[in-house]
Amino acid sequence: MYIIIVGGGEVGYYLAKALLDEGHEVLMVEKEAERSEFIIDELGSVCVRGDGCEAATLAEVGTGRADMLIAVTGDDEDNLVACQVAKHKFNVPRTIARITNPKNEAIFKKLGIDVTVSATNIILEYIEQEVPTHPLTHLLTIRDKGLEIVEVKIPPDSTTVGKPVKELSLPPESVLSLIIRKEQKPYVPAANTILQAGDHIIAVTTPESEGALRAALRGD
Amino acid sequence: MKVVIMGCGRVGARLAGLLDAEGHLVTILDTDTYSFRRLPPTFGGTALVGNGIDEESLKKAGIEEADAFVAVTQGDNRNVMAAQIARHIFNVPNVICRIYDPIRRELYNTLGIEAFSPTTIFAQMLKERLEK
Repeated sequence: MYIIIVGGGEVGYYLAKALLDEGHEVLMVEKEAERSEFIIDELGSVCVRGDGCEAATLAEVGTGRADMLIAVTGDDEDNLVACQVAKHKFNVPRTIARITNPKNEAIFKKLGIDVTVSATNIILEYIEQEVPTHPLTHLLTIRDKGLEIVEVKIPPDSTTVGKPVKELSLPPESVLSLIIRKEQKPYVPAANTILQAGDHIIAVTTPESEGALRAALRGD
Repeated sequence: MKVVIMGCGRVGARLAGLLDAEGHLVTILDTDTYSFRRLPPTFGGTALVGNGIDEESLKKAGIEEADAFVAVTQGDNRNVMAAQIARHIFNVPNVICRIYDPIRRELYNTLGIEAFSPTTIFAQMLKERLEK
């Protein structure tokens, strides 16, 4: 694949390195002369100095035949424009933008960017997983379906302990997929499975009904 | 008419002053309070510290009821992103932005954003003046 990377910061540098190792044709566009020289010294002649948001620069690096453009500068607006120019001027089939402000995820999607990666959100999710008392943890997002896989822990004082699954008022979009219990093999819950204190429940839900699912499972 | 202007530079401040003097409701946004010194002393609109590419700041500036949005910061990309948010997220009927880069301006015009490039306009003016 021919992949263009816009932005030669830390993310861009390691991304280029990884993609080159995988055998892809990679070209990076970096604004600053010094940084661009550093990349060429380290990775070979895979970097062009220029503004990746400018159509002239993108034309020069052969964006017309690129399979993918990944914009990873530190500025959300620059990443948006680089992706839009690639998409609308050069018909690049797939564009990926790094975003810093998690709120931009929805905006970018609406403006036609194929994939966004929010480092801030990823870090938050990992930290969430490490906080033992956190009632609901995001495990995975299934982007194009608007679904997510979450984990909910049942505390001992929860009013749902001792109740069968069929008596819980779960939101319609949610499905309980797995119960993980101490010293037991994980299993798929049935309608008459009784909830126990300390259960870890893996469920599929939508971002909107996440709160309702948590409330239904923990009785809060 | 309710107008939200993003960027209180020379152009933004001047436009805000002109519209305000004609009785329009003007809110001007800038990330730097110091830039508001450019507003005329008679300015009766609202000057708000905030980032025009942030939904919350735009809401605070009243974008939801605005008839027009103008993006005139120094950054082409910031202007373009703010203009698209105003147009496609908040459905502001009249959205105008400044894009210095003529090629980028052309692209966004085809994407439904009304954009002006001072570079093209001024160069053309100079040429006409020289040829007179």
